[in-house]
Amino acid sequence: MKQKTLLAAVGAALTVAAVAPAQAGETMDAIKARGEIRCGVSDGLPGFSYTDEKGVVRGIDADFCRALAAAVFGDANKVKFTPLTAKERFTALQSGEIDVLSRNTTWTMSRDTGMGMVFPAAVVYYDGQGFLVNKKLGVKSAKELDGATVCIQAGTTTELNLADYFRANKMKYTPITYDKSDESAKGLEAGRCDVLTSDQSQLYAQRIKMANPDQYVVLPEVISKEPLGPVVRPGDHEWFSTVRWTHYAMLIAEELGVTAKNVDEMKQSSNPEVRRLLGVDADFGKAIGLPRDWAYQVIKQVGNYGESFERNVGKGSPLKIERGLNALWTQGGLQYAPPIR
Amino acid sequence: MTHETASSLQPPKVIFSPIGWMREHLFSSVWNSILTLITLYILWLLVPPVIEWAFLKASWVGTSRDDCTPGGACWVFIAQRWSQFMYGFYPEALRWRVDLAGILAVLWGGPLLFQRFPWKKLFGFSFLIGYPLIAWWLLYGGDLFGMTTVPTDQWGGLMLTLVIAAVGIAGAMPLGILFALGRRSELPVIKAVSIAFIEFWRGVPLISVLFMSSVMLPLFLPEGMNFDKLVRALIAVVLFQAAYIAEVVRGGLQAIPKGQYEAAQALGLNYWQMMGLIILPQALKLVIPGIVNTFIALFKDTSLVIIIGLSDFFMIIHRATVDPAWLGFATEGYVFAAAVYWIFCFGMSRYSIALEKRLNTDHRR
Repeated sequence: MKQKTLLAAVGAALTVAAVAPAQAGETMDAIKARGEIRCGVSDGLPGFSYTDEKGVVRGIDADFCRALAAAVFGDANKVKFTPLTAKERFTALQSGEIDVLSRNTTWTMSRDTGMGMVFPAAVVYYDGQGFLVNKKLGVKSAKELDGATVCIQAGTTTELNLADYFRANKMKYTPITYDKSDESAKGLEAGRCDVLTSDQSQLYAQRIKMANPDQYVVLPEVISKEPLGPVVRPGDHEWFSTVRWTHYAMLIAEELGVTAKNVDEMKQSSNPEVRRLLGVDADFGKAIGLPRDWAYQVIKQVGNYGESFERNVGKGSPLKIERGLNALWTQGGLQYAPPIR
Repeated sequence: MTHETASSLQPPKVIFSPIGWMREHLFSSVWNSILTLITLYILWLLVPPVIEWAFLKASWVGTSRDDCTPGGACWVFIAQRWSQFMYGFYPEALRWRVDLAGILAVLWGGPLLFQRFPWKKLFGFSFLIGYPLIAWWLLYGGDLFGMTTVPTDQWGGLMLTLVIAAVGIAGAMPLGILFALGRRSELPVIKAVSIAFIEFWRGVPLISVLFMSSVMLPLFLPEGMNFDKLVRALIAVVLFQAAYIAEVVRGGLQAIPKGQYEAAQALGLNYWQMMGLIILPQALKLVIPGIVNTFIALFKDTSLVIIIGLSDFFMIIHRATVDPAWLGFATEGYVFAAAVYWIFCFGMSRYSIALEKRLNTDHRR
């Protein structure tokens, strides 16, 4: 009899465990218990994730993870980086090896809906296919490329986008395909083609590798949508919101002119938006289990979005990527954050 | 039947002059002459540009990419990153521990590779048992006797590659011998288990084993339970290579004539005495080339740990080449990696040849 009750109890417990949805805050609880965030980054992409001379993981993707650690722990160094290849990145996230995948991953519908992971609508970098031309050509816009010879990597979606773009604009082109992106860049350098097409972030990296980088310019047009952002597992709303709002806080900070340098003075600001952001008047972090000064710590230790961008891929880095689509919405870009209220 | 002595012949001409050597080896026929000329032409095309790039026009000293002249190799990149390539992310202040572990390995284990010397047995046993413990203590620390722990995710570079290769070799060898013996055993259970093990591990690619151990295993473990990633990789490498070693050793066992077994049994030796004193010494000697072949493959396979995010020697070089400050020097990085891998593999190969010569007792042509 006793045994039966015990069995029933165990059975009931098992059923509950099986039926109960993923506990809200499961990932967040694990992170807090562990004392560090496990962050999956790229195995190597200039400006996004690489190792510097002191052995520190750098890049805009790595800095985003630091911002998360600053928000959760008030210490940007409480991150463990795991370099991941493109093949294993999603499995690593799904299996719980990492808490967040911050690895130049394109946000698409199929990835967002059907693969056991979600994008917290935080686009850290709006990438897209662009064009790199020799300045000698005197071209200012992709619309002037009628009749051009185009160097391209074979068998990529880049090839299809290119065909669509030229057809839509009723222009002609001659493709020269290469197997590797480095080879196609050499093709442009050797003068075999007038223009090289690839994702913009790649074009800037290819430009540095050329003998005379200043001779080449990236055209302003972007002909495909590659929004790159962090990914998390579904089921933990606290963690999902932390990832999303950490990015937004960095955007809002830039919009309001709050930087790593002036954030302490800004605490005395009379601007109500700044005061809400820095947790002076109200505690917005509480609802998702973050300390009151979460945004302050992010800005203090990592900086606002513009600072992170310029340091890793923009003017402060050898890549010298233009803000372009990644400018704030107030400056003609796409980076827009809902208000903290 | 002739009774006259055969006329004595001139001894064959042996020419030692360089021209004579060339005439005999390079230009002995029209066809050979053509091949020689073509080869020389190809070498003339390839070698001077490589030497010019790697040495004559190369830049050796400096601190940044601006110190490198275009057209030549930029070894400054390697020099700047040298310690990172060697130690990975191991804390700088504690790198002496890695050095000490390496020096101990050379001084303690090194003599074992050479000819007999007094107390070799003592030396060997103490090394086999003591060194792994001391190396673990030095490298990992584990907060024992005042050694701060250095988590394995900070290990990297050549040091990590050597750790994986050394553990792989040291673990796979005895395990492989056991499975080779097991596969030839007359006990059906042991035989079946051995065959199943060998065929399973030989039948799956190492990359998928590593992937499973790293990414899939946590799916089956309870939340929060977490093995060290490096340990998982080490176990995978050892099991995988043991299967290959087992088959190589089995090849050697099969080459031993039945008479040797029977003679050993006639002397009243039990199974382990027979194997340890009579059969294995002969069998292992026969398969030295095969064993070293497997070890060389293992050494190069260590670079596959990239797939589980461990920063081994190759991975660390790869990640350095995408640093925007050093973009465009990937060639130098990969040439350096190739050179280091080659030095280690060539070293193993030469040692194996020396060992074969030393142990050679018969069967010589």
